[in-house]
Amino acid sequence: MGSRRHPVGVAGARACPGCLRRAWLLGALSGHLDRIRPRLGQVLALGDEELLAALGGRRRRRLEGELAHFDAGAVRSCAAEAGVGLICRCDPEYPRRLACLESAPAVLHVAGGVQRFLTLAAADPVAIVGTRRASPYGLDVARSLGRGLASAGLTVVSGMALGIDSAAHRGALSVDGPTIAVLPAGADRSCARRTLFRRLEVGGAAVSELPPGVSVRRWMFPARNRIIAALAAMTVVVEAGERSGALITARFARELERPVAAVPGRISSPGAAGPNELLARGARLVRGPQDVLDAVFGSGARTASPDPRPELDPELGRVLSAIASGRDTPGLLGRGGFTAERALAAIAALELAGYVRREPGGRFAVVP
Amino acid sequence: MLARLPTFAIDGVHPREVWVEVDIRSGLPAFTIVGLGDTAVRESRDRVRAAIQNSGFEFPQTRITANLAPAFLRKVGPGFDAALALGVLAASGQISANALRTYAVFGELSLSGELRDSPGALAVAEGAYRAGLRRLIVPRERAHEAALVGGLEIVAVSTLRAGAEVVMGAPAPVLPPESSAAQDDGTDPDLADVRGHRAPVLAIKIAAAGGHNLLLEGAPGTGKTMLARRLPSILPAMSREEAVEVTRIHSVAGLHANGLITSRPFRAPHHTISAAGLVGGGLPPRPGEATLANHGVLFLDELSEFQRPSLEALRQPLEDGCVTIVRGQHALVLPTRFMLVAAANPCPCGFAGGGDRCQCGEADLRRHRRRLSGPLLDRMDLLVNVERPDEHDLRSPPVTSSAKARERVADARERQLARLAGTRARCNGELDARLLQRYVRLDTAAERVLGRAYAGGTLSARGRHRVLRVARTLADLEGRERVLVEDVLTALGLRQRSSGETEGEWARAAIP
Repeated sequence: MGSRRHPVGVAGARACPGCLRRAWLLGALSGHLDRIRPRLGQVLALGDEELLAALGGRRRRRLEGELAHFDAGAVRSCAAEAGVGLICRCDPEYPRRLACLESAPAVLHVAGGVQRFLTLAAADPVAIVGTRRASPYGLDVARSLGRGLASAGLTVVSGMALGIDSAAHRGALSVDGPTIAVLPAGADRSCARRTLFRRLEVGGAAVSELPPGVSVRRWMFPARNRIIAALAAMTVVVEAGERSGALITARFARELERPVAAVPGRISSPGAAGPNELLARGARLVRGPQDVLDAVFGSGARTASPDPRPELDPELGRVLSAIASGRDTPGLLGRGGFTAERALAAIAALELAGYVRREPGGRFAVVP
Repeated sequence: MLARLPTFAIDGVHPREVWVEVDIRSGLPAFTIVGLGDTAVRESRDRVRAAIQNSGFEFPQTRITANLAPAFLRKVGPGFDAALALGVLAASGQISANALRTYAVFGELSLSGELRDSPGALAVAEGAYRAGLRRLIVPRERAHEAALVGGLEIVAVSTLRAGAEVVMGAPAPVLPPESSAAQDDGTDPDLADVRGHRAPVLAIKIAAAGGHNLLLEGAPGTGKTMLARRLPSILPAMSREEAVEVTRIHSVAGLHANGLITSRPFRAPHHTISAAGLVGGGLPPRPGEATLANHGVLFLDELSEFQRPSLEALRQPLEDGCVTIVRGQHALVLPTRFMLVAAANPCPCGFAGGGDRCQCGEADLRRHRRRLSGPLLDRMDLLVNVERPDEHDLRSPPVTSSAKARERVADARERQLARLAGTRARCNGELDARLLQRYVRLDTAAERVLGRAYAGGTLSARGRHRVLRVARTLADLEGRERVLVEDVLTALGLRQRSSGETEGEWARAAIP
């Protein structure tokens, strides 16, 4: 059934046995890799034999035996069954930016079609990353960046984690724009956030370094972050705590000498520590999609598409500015002479038009 | 000699006729009671013996067998004492067994021979009336309650002796004067006490006018409970049948002493309540809070703290207006026509929206929402956030008073009743998809707004129905037959954001 929905998955099995072997080995060693997380980049750059020698331990003999009798055909059909397309680093169409990585993934397992993934990866990808514990403000920013960049034709790359990542993908998908999710473990349908995954399968791509069915380990998150940084021409950090994985992505990007940018936050909010620190160290300031476009294509080379939201009549405009100035609940709006009915109706109208969003606690926030 | 007289057992909240048969024959002195009684019934032997002797009668020193028929029905409680005692007196020839035939007897005895206050007299009186009996002996405290059933002569006595004398031909004592203290004493919560809270007051008014279930969301101490308590005060007054039903139920549950209950019940069970406590159950089955809230308001504070099974159990009662409890061989149907008002914190810590005080992350919020979501929220047409009123609000005059609101609510209800005549529904809250289509006509502008909300994924299909119901009630409150775009927008402002809807803000159409 899976293969029928993903015709490309079978036809696009463009992976050589050597690379497939490598991907399989990573899966087999996944339990051992957690120990060397600090030196992950170097270790992943090792060849098969060295890797096995370094990490195999007691299982080394057995794994060597299994590696010798590795059956690439079986792995291919396995992937096809899971609806996952393959492309390896020996393929000439392997994303150019990703190949810059010393530890470039041997095989990318792609849900959503290899050809589409390659097209998306070629379309000036920008990574939007951030914390899982995002504030509503951070989510709004990620979403509007995702939307703005995608509608300008840029591919939004992120990690499909809760919080900022998902918001960025959703922003891109909301305008049917290009987006790629890089997953830590197998890119099959067993992953979390199934709704989003299905939408990515249909309208974008989800890729992973590891074959389907491999379970998640801690090392896979920084490993995934290196792929995000390498796929993207530029990395934007929206909200990140001091120890957020998004900062690892930013570090990989810097090592690859790709530009890093950040969205400033309130200094008192915990999610602002990461981006503000990056800004202090010279990252580019991002205030909206236009700043990113300027950074990627040069100042003024491209302009972000205008606000797609409908125009407001003057009364709603007044309500919107009242909300922006802190009268952000129906009760507080009622103070300005509105009846409760009118206040609720005005907020609903603004909400429908996409200008305000209800926050937990019944307050309404202006959507940037 | 054999004596028979009727009394009534209470099965859930309904009376079931029970015949007390007392047989006296020669033999060693013994007093046995058969007929599936509980411990209270078994202990009745000793109370009956002492009461008879202390009332100046003679307790026969022979073999006495008392039977409570039908034998399959479980009899509970001390309410059979008086009937057993009079049965013994009749069987032993101390009073006339013939004269006793037209009486139903109900009440617990004390050792001194007094007839003690016993809950459930109204249910017994209804049973007696339906069984075609003419007179009912009840404890004096329950006189007015029993007298609510017309067409029955109530013999309210305070002792066994007095009861026996009436049976033997003495005139029945006059009913005690009705105490007025229990009636309206002017301290019922009133909307005039509320300052600020414009949107919640509106939501309560809509809930009352359309019979919508309501979810109040807000931080601890903002006044959710205070607001919910005022909902009964603006509901239309109960009809006499409703009042009698409420009185019967509350009397059976031992919550009400005397006279007719005229104000609608408000029940606020603690969140540790079990499913059986909420919808009824146990052995023997007792009415739960849902039944006690019949014709009134069931208020669930801290909704997210309730156990899942308890909330799940509320589905049938909410849907059908009654609950069927099956225990052993027999099923019991209890009425549960209540309005549900629930209160919840906006997030696990309760301080969401209060500046930086809330430290709940998105995952916490998701979990919180998931705990709240489910079948119960589907039945909640209204969600309103309760804000902490500030200085300015506390000094400003109240938005409305209960009397004013009740008038508008009553008008709106009348419009609904007239419109819905001949259908199963009685108010907008009960409109299903078909009735909505028939009775909620939108103008083009309203249709467009709703269509946009639906297409954009802001509304689910069910959410759309909820909005339509509320919009219909808003128009009814304004005395309009047409539902305007303002009504739809206000209803959208009071919709609940279920987790599915917040997820799907972006074109769902993208997913095949």
